[in-house]
Amino acid sequence: MNSQPYLSLVVFAVVAAVFPLVPLILARLWFYFFAPLKPGESKNATYECGLVSEGDARIQFKAHYYLYAIVFLIFDVETIFLLPFATAFLNLSVGAVLAMLVFVLLLVEGLVWAWSKGYLEWD
Amino acid sequence: MSVLSDSLIEDLKKQGVLVTSIEALYNWGRSNSVWPLQFGLACCAIEMIAASMARFDLSRFGSEVFRPSPRQADLMIVSGTVTKKMAPQVVRLFNQMPDPKYVIAMGACAISGGPFKQGYNVLKGVDRFIPVDIYIPGCPPRPEALLHGLMELQKKIRAQKLTGENRAKYFDAAQPGEYPIPSFGEHDLEPSKNAALWSPAQVARKD
Repeated sequence: MNSQPYLSLVVFAVVAAVFPLVPLILARLWFYFFAPLKPGESKNATYECGLVSEGDARIQFKAHYYLYAIVFLIFDVETIFLLPFATAFLNLSVGAVLAMLVFVLLLVEGLVWAWSKGYLEWD
Repeated sequence: MSVLSDSLIEDLKKQGVLVTSIEALYNWGRSNSVWPLQFGLACCAIEMIAASMARFDLSRFGSEVFRPSPRQADLMIVSGTVTKKMAPQVVRLFNQMPDPKYVIAMGACAISGGPFKQGYNVLKGVDRFIPVDIYIPGCPPRPEALLHGLMELQKKIRAQKLTGENRAKYFDAAQPGEYPIPSFGEHDLEPSKNAALWSPAQVARKD
């Protein structure tokens, strides 16, 4: 059998290191012998859309939107549950109706909480 | 320059021996991987898109990889009318491309303003601000014309020198890497042209 079971891994690691390094070294040699660097104001600019960037990139983002989106998502999902509940309402057992009412109550409780915290107002 | 004469290289090639120089190899490589910048300005862009699709197949020339970033592009195909509003952006994008970089002025508008030349808002030729390598006439040029233009550009790239006196400007540290970006003035772009690149044609009158 193979006396060096991990030899293939070593070969693999060496190839994996050499394969990207050779082009990088070649590119560096190429830059050294042929290509003059010509940096400039627009070449070094971060934004590459042709336009000059305006203002600071580090702005405060309104976190309010996040809560708003979460509340919306919950009630969006609730409508998906309410629709089959409404269509099958007359054929449901008492336990199923109670379970559904608890589910709606939980969501209403969340809505009341968000409302009382003032998260539904966009100021 | 070369140790071997051109005729000897041709003779060797007939015998199945291929000799080359680093310069020829490098130019061969980069002439067959000219990546254009992905942007279109007007109707010529539709022809450019058609040229990159299956029927005309720009990728036969190694040029199918339209780059969305100027940092990765070698070629700017100015495909369409350059308005004065757009000109600073075009020049800035060209400045952001790494050397060596090339410009194809595709269509009458990019060459001279074309049918909109008299418009107050139309730049009368993109060569007033950036150095154009290949002009493709037409309104718009057919995709075959763009292919021809690309082949002419490849010929131009293959003939470029990397070292020596008459080397290409990209390999000359003294040549500028960026071109001045015009700004919006009261009536026109300021400056209205790059004087180092373009000057109006002089009419020589006989006395």
